[in-house]
Amino acid sequence: MSDQTSPASAFSDKIPVTVLTGYLGAGKTTLLNRILTEPHGQKFAVIVNEFGEIGIDNDLVVNADEEVFEMNNGCICCTVRGDLVRIIAGLLRRRNKFDAIIVETTGLADPAPVAQTFFMDETVGAKARLDAVVTVADAKWLKDRLRDAPEAKNQIAFADVILLNKIDLVSDEELREVEARIRAINPYAKLHRTERSGVAIADVLGRNAFDLDRILEIEPQFLAEDEHHHDHDGHDHHHGDHEHHHHHDHDGGLKHYHDEDMQSVSLKTDRPLNPDRFFPWVQELVAKEGPNILRSKGILAFKDDPQRFVFQGVHMILDGDHQRDWKPDEKRESRIVFIGRNLPEDLIRQGFESCVA
Amino acid sequence: MTETRADTTSITDRIESVAAEGVVGVAFLGSTPVFVLGEEALLFAGPDGAVRLPVHAGAILSVAGDGKRIVTGGDDGQVVVTDANGASATVAVDDKRRWIDHVALGPDGAIAWSAGKTAYVRTGKNELRQREMPSTPAGLAFMPKGFRLAIAHYNGISLWFPNLPAEPERLAWKGSHLGVTVSRDGRFVVTTMQEPVLHGWRLADGKDMRMSGYSAQVRSFGWTADGAFLATAGSEQLILWPFSSKDGPMGKQPRLLAPAAARAVVVACHPEQPVVAVGFADGMVLLVRVEDGAEILARRPSGGEITALGWSGDGTILAFGAEDGESGFLRL
Repeated sequence: MSDQTSPASAFSDKIPVTVLTGYLGAGKTTLLNRILTEPHGQKFAVIVNEFGEIGIDNDLVVNADEEVFEMNNGCICCTVRGDLVRIIAGLLRRRNKFDAIIVETTGLADPAPVAQTFFMDETVGAKARLDAVVTVADAKWLKDRLRDAPEAKNQIAFADVILLNKIDLVSDEELREVEARIRAINPYAKLHRTERSGVAIADVLGRNAFDLDRILEIEPQFLAEDEHHHDHDGHDHHHGDHEHHHHHDHDGGLKHYHDEDMQSVSLKTDRPLNPDRFFPWVQELVAKEGPNILRSKGILAFKDDPQRFVFQGVHMILDGDHQRDWKPDEKRESRIVFIGRNLPEDLIRQGFESCVA
Repeated sequence: MTETRADTTSITDRIESVAAEGVVGVAFLGSTPVFVLGEEALLFAGPDGAVRLPVHAGAILSVAGDGKRIVTGGDDGQVVVTDANGASATVAVDDKRRWIDHVALGPDGAIAWSAGKTAYVRTGKNELRQREMPSTPAGLAFMPKGFRLAIAHYNGISLWFPNLPAEPERLAWKGSHLGVTVSRDGRFVVTTMQEPVLHGWRLADGKDMRMSGYSAQVRSFGWTADGAFLATAGSEQLILWPFSSKDGPMGKQPRLLAPAAARAVVVACHPEQPVVAVGFADGMVLLVRVEDGAEILARRPSGGEITALGWSGDGTILAFGAEDGESGFLRL
């Protein structure tokens, strides 16, 4: 992570890549075919896993074999998808044939190596960018999978967007319960209730979830989303963030679960941070806890710094930059979120507190 | 910082421009420079202007040439050979239409390619051999002696005698190995890795060697005409590793020549003289003499990266592909 300012313009020239994850049978391929057949005028290159059984209706379909390679940098969680490095490089030779890439992973795939490929491989990182990780979850079976399949939990924890699919097959009560279980793991993803993976294309593509310039807020996403269904991006819809909490009080409203091993730790302070303390702290934290930290995100207010600093990370890899000036009416507050497994919350809190200037 | 090389001898006025975008390789058929495009076609820069020859129904993923023929692998699952007359023939079609990721040319007309995890060789006698690799091959190179193919993959390389039933010999080193090359005397095999390092093995005893210090992944390397040095890109200069002694580069410092503002991204060794052509990320091409580092400016920086470099077999013509489409060649 550097604290240098760099123009973000290069971001938009890169080809966006959307990653579709989800456990077997959740509805990934249905979503994929839906995206491909809608009249959006966009052309996609699709990378599917070689075990896919349902046909994909697209000109440019490439089979991937999900080869996960460890990097020789002494970090066991620094893995890349060797097949994606190869396939994306090949696809880029036909750059004018498509507007975006969609990667469909197997139900057992870990999203982290896919995401890390964009940060670790120079060629891929120079020409393509990760847009978002979209996870399709089966409303009926997800809670069982969260119990018996660590992959399913990873996919929920990692997601920027979650489609809670097949809601027509569950009762309202079951739906509320599974949503609460999702929120216990990942309160920050955009969640959409769907039947047959039916969702507006704009809700899954063009999310810019990994664009530092789009880190505008870090607020838990409560269950108001299906009412706000057409409020894309939602940056400005949350100043009423307090109203969402009212759902807690509703009869049969949001249940609270605590997932036994996967949680998010959210920290905030309105006191300015000392960058000379913060960077060593966060780097040591991800060096030590990297294997357990799936995703991280932060907006930081440093002492005597007129600009917001934003960062995001995947396991040990952190990417950060100054974003823009703090607005005069904006509250200069620092917020960080870690989503991960068995995170030492108290230690993280103490460490963060010690970074106050 | 802009590279000026104001005091460097320049032969940039000799450039004969060829409008060719998306050049992924250059090769020669006799004295004709051939630009391999990322999509579909070869561009012959003949005496009467450039002629486009379609050879694949899609992206061209891999290319190799030996002066008499150019072999290409495409995302159409085809391996195509093109000769100096511009005649193309399909050598193989992958039965599952998988991408032909890599190709290599061997002795007596042999051709190697890889698709998925399988390496294939079509011998000079037109016999097809194939062998499954532990993971997807990322580089192929024929060895100079014997009929043997070196294959780079995850966690090491395989050395395979296509005409023998024996299991390929495996040389292990943890990590993802990409390109592979064999020294001219056949004593050393060197790979580029996912990380900015090279890994080498001395074949006599399997001794490992690691060549590091690069600022980026090494995407291009080659042996000097006399075989004494391995010239490599991947840094803001030309890096030459000495291989003439028994121990190769072990315990030795590389020779660092042609320091520049931009990163060296492609190298091509002259076929007869101890001279290396170096293409940079800013579009500059330099000819660098190995002995004393003397430089000749062959192309000025233009902004667009040099994507390919190649010499004619007699070393009288240097061709280059540039990202900005201002490709071309020079007669020396």
